[in-house]
Amino acid sequence: MTVPVLSAKGVSIEYRTTPVVRAVRDVSLTLHRGEILGLAGESGCGKTTFAYGLTRLLKSPAVLTSGEVLFHDRVGGDVDVAALDGEALRAFRWDKVSMVFQGAMNSLNPVITVRAQIDDVLTTHRPGMSRAERAGRAAELLGLVGVDPARLDSYAHQLSGGMRQRVMIAMALALNPQVMIMDEPTTALDVVVQRGILREIMRLREQFGFAVVFITHDLPLLLEISDRIAVMLEGEIVELDTAENIYERPQHAYTRRLLESFPSLVGERGGFVRSGAAAGESGTGHAPGSDADAGPGAAPADSADSAADTTIEGTA
Amino acid sequence: MGTLEVRNLVKEFRLGHGLRRSRLRAVDDVSFTLEAGKTVALVGESGSGKSTVARTLARLETPTSGEIMLDGRSVSGSRSALRAYRHDVQMVFQDPFASLNPFHTVAHHLERPLQLHGVARGRDAVAEHTRALLERVSLTPAEVYAAKRPHEMSGGQRQRVAIARALAPGARFLVADEPVSMLDVSIRLGVLNLLARLQREENLGVLYITHDLATARHFSDEILVMYRGEVVERGPSDQVILDPQHDYTKTLLAAAPDPARHGRLRDEVRAELAGERA
Repeated sequence: MTVPVLSAKGVSIEYRTTPVVRAVRDVSLTLHRGEILGLAGESGCGKTTFAYGLTRLLKSPAVLTSGEVLFHDRVGGDVDVAALDGEALRAFRWDKVSMVFQGAMNSLNPVITVRAQIDDVLTTHRPGMSRAERAGRAAELLGLVGVDPARLDSYAHQLSGGMRQRVMIAMALALNPQVMIMDEPTTALDVVVQRGILREIMRLREQFGFAVVFITHDLPLLLEISDRIAVMLEGEIVELDTAENIYERPQHAYTRRLLESFPSLVGERGGFVRSGAAAGESGTGHAPGSDADAGPGAAPADSADSAADTTIEGTA
Repeated sequence: MGTLEVRNLVKEFRLGHGLRRSRLRAVDDVSFTLEAGKTVALVGESGSGKSTVARTLARLETPTSGEIMLDGRSVSGSRSALRAYRHDVQMVFQDPFASLNPFHTVAHHLERPLQLHGVARGRDAVAEHTRALLERVSLTPAEVYAAKRPHEMSGGQRQRVAIARALAPGARFLVADEPVSMLDVSIRLGVLNLLARLQREENLGVLYITHDLATARHFSDEILVMYRGEVVERGPSDQVILDPQHDYTKTLLAAAPDPARHGRLRDEVRAELAGERA
């Protein structure tokens, strides 16, 4: 049942700036066929950088300094992603591992139609397809994500945010990839629209059996959709377990702190609420500076945000 | 005890021109009262009109009809009346990266409203007020933060500066439009707790606009649910969340992720697909 499809071993990524930022530190992770793996963590923890490392999308000054990424193809042997080059890399991307980018709402090309963009993927990767076949596939893809195929001739600005997001997912599905990496795919959307899209992703996953790496800082959302969740802090994975264990039996102090950052919708009104008592407790357990935007070129560590306020609230 | 009351507020926007002219009613007959020392949450999806209510309340928009009453007195549109109104009612915007001027220090952001609203005169008094404001929002040591520019601070710290700036004219009511949605999760509670402390200790009235039902429930006394410009449900926050009456409130609640229900969506989808195959 648990056949690996993508495995990372000891991956480290640096931004070669001054000073050098070690964004991902010795991360090992195995993604199984057909599973949804949630990657949780806050801004600057390295989750997007890691995803880019998995897909060879790192741009200078980011450099993969050590470790290997292996793709275990459904047919044929393993592919060393880090060693791919030229034509082999071009053929690998999107065909085997596709990506829905952060801010996908703005990743569509504004000056060509949806049809032209899907067509572009197909002509590049499936040169054998006829014009009619491509048109059929494009319509089929939109149908899969719940967008009326009549929208193929629309431009991005004529679609709502949710529809643009669905079109991005359709494009990521175009070549039947074995892995889809989704970087905050629903963050900018409304809860109702977000739910519709998540539902669609889950359905497609059941139908086509691709694996998903789902990146977000929204832990409650991950708990609902993921099979396993990896919690990332300052470039390292500090905890990796099933969604149930992460929620019921979190081991790492940071995981507990992340969980406490979300008040329960219908549960007890926790002690931290408005009096700040539990937030004060959780504030003691976290690593120093973990709440800072620790990304490249970001601000110095933020001491006021959690520490100062929680002590004040705690005594109130 | 002060009150900020909105009566039968309507805001329409004109769309198009010439023969294709039409009107969009963004806010349709909304009424509520914000009391000092209380927090009212306004929830709803994008486009439901909640930000328009906020902007109208801060008088960044002029209401099409309806009244805004401060301490029982109607607020007219004259310049002097608006200036006086803004001593008391201030706004905190969603994006702390866009709402602070990157060229100016934190001190400048706080000194300007102190001077313009006549809260403090003379260099020493202004500096003293600035320091006190920073301490009220837990940005200490104040001298260090006063000298910083926005890019030297995290999102949470910037939002604290935005809150301090709103307090500078001596505001008794804050309109906070999605004040934490752009912030990292671990920082959100800190900023919300700050607003809760100000509300409690300084008797501030807060209108908290959000699409996050969980924090709306925990940080407010009353919740108003907006849908297509109208308030479709209102009540004490626990009642609205735990015992929703309107269908739209139920839809919103069903869509909100809840950590206690892990695996729910996955299991629902599997059950659906199994049902379709059978």
